Amino acid sequence: MIEERFDAIVVGAGMAGNAAALTMAKRGMKVLQLERGEYSGSKNVQGAILYADMLEKLIPEFREEAPLERHLVEQRFWMLDDKSHVGLHYKSDDFNEEKPNRYTIIRAQFDKWFSSKVKEAGATVLCETTVTELAQDAYGKVIGVKTDRRDGEIHADVVVLAEGVNGLLGTRAGLRDRPKPENVALAVKEMHFLPRETIEARFNLKGDEGAVIEAAGTISRGMTGMGFIYSNKECISLGIGCLVSDFQKTGETPYGLLERFKQHPSVAPLIEGSEVKEYSAHLIPEGGYNAIPELCGDGWVVVGDAAQLNNAIHREGSNLAMTSGRIAAEAIFQVKSRRDPMTKANLALYKKMLEESFVIKDLKKYKDMPALLHNQSQNFFLTYPQLVSKAMQNFLRVDGTPKKEKESSTVRSFVNARSWTGLFGDAFRFARAWR
Amino acid sequence: MSTDVAVRVEDKLFYNRYQVDPGRAHIKVRPHTTPSPQLKALLKACPARCYELNDSGQVEITVDGCIECGTCRVIGEASGDIEWSYPRGGYGVLFKFG
Repeated sequence: MIEERFDAIVVGAGMAGNAAALTMAKRGMKVLQLERGEYSGSKNVQGAILYADMLEKLIPEFREEAPLERHLVEQRFWMLDDKSHVGLHYKSDDFNEEKPNRYTIIRAQFDKWFSSKVKEAGATVLCETTVTELAQDAYGKVIGVKTDRRDGEIHADVVVLAEGVNGLLGTRAGLRDRPKPENVALAVKEMHFLPRETIEARFNLKGDEGAVIEAAGTISRGMTGMGFIYSNKECISLGIGCLVSDFQKTGETPYGLLERFKQHPSVAPLIEGSEVKEYSAHLIPEGGYNAIPELCGDGWVVVGDAAQLNNAIHREGSNLAMTSGRIAAEAIFQVKSRRDPMTKANLALYKKMLEESFVIKDLKKYKDMPALLHNQSQNFFLTYPQLVSKAMQNFLRVDGTPKKEKESSTVRSFVNARSWTGLFGDAFRFARAWR
Repeated sequence: MSTDVAVRVEDKLFYNRYQVDPGRAHIKVRPHTTPSPQLKALLKACPARCYELNDSGQVEITVDGCIECGTCRVIGEASGDIEWSYPRGGYGVLFKFG
């Protein structure tokens, strides 16, 4: 056993773990952070979009130092059928502001920088170390961790589980269940490299402006899922994700979906001639509010993806991770300052503070959305996109058909596919879940 | 568009860097005679196609190309079909971009 004792051990060096370790180290706590990758970031995968506000709370001057790709000035939502897309695009020069709100980032590079700030703040960061188990006393209180290093048991007053969506430790110790196939999506992604001028021309960008496209429709073949295309400086992150339970049911392959998405006529010209330099895959928590596990116990708290804190509707995860990591650290610091023990009752302060933040409030707002989208995936991801595409084409194609006939044929196509009750039911259910 | 696209996953994995830990597979398949529905699902759902059917009809795993997403754990660990751990510290896939 390692004799040195820490105030806190943070397992994992993603957004949540780094936020927690940084916050505690800045308050003068003795922090050890453990990461299984060769450096912080080398195991981390995300789209990725960074939300400035949450990072600003941790590192106000991050814009001068962090490896950022492009600040986002445009968002495109695409509804796809096999040959078309119907889009809602929003682009504004207002996003060309002094302190932009959203950036694309490349996680391995960004996280390495984030980790350097954690070290500067005084935390000990130990990489290439896999935590295999939580160390518990006879009463089940978490007292530290066991690692794959020789004499690898290390003790601390509290363990922050920032082990990611596929975290093993919490499950192994019986603190939470492993994620269910219907509560996680599997996303696969490729990094497509192109000269920056080519990216700027294809996305209609100037300088460091960036655009993102999020696409849903027949590309997911009736499964609950989404594709994304993010512009970085010299590469494009392109990927697609669907619920694991849907992959299991349909026998579709993730790489097959990715290839078809790349070959879609609206997508192929954007990446034409690119050089792919990496293929990655990652799980995304999709269960929402109802899937959040117990957030704390005697000697431990869980933060970020490991706690399923992801807003699937707004595709926000890293900011919820960062915020939960920071809030957990602040709660721990308060408990410590009062010289109180790290019991479940005292650490419940973290839960209370998180409930008062946007993290839990947002997840609560959409608590019924996952079930709605998951149960009706055929309608929302196959039938409607096809109907909308047909309707648009009918609207635009000038062929001598009187407009009135065109309109009634569009209405008929919707009613035939879903029936009046189905249509109103879908609209009602959607509105209620969105509220 | 509706026709299936032939994809060579090996070509995709070739872009990636790995530090292989010989003789220490971090995922193990429980010995079986006939594969369970969960094991069969892994043949398709694994994004690195680590799971293959051998000549006698059993599901086998080769972890060398694993990108550590955890999909197979979510599908197959609860039923005991597979045992899942992370690779030892420093081993496994090494993302440059992530």
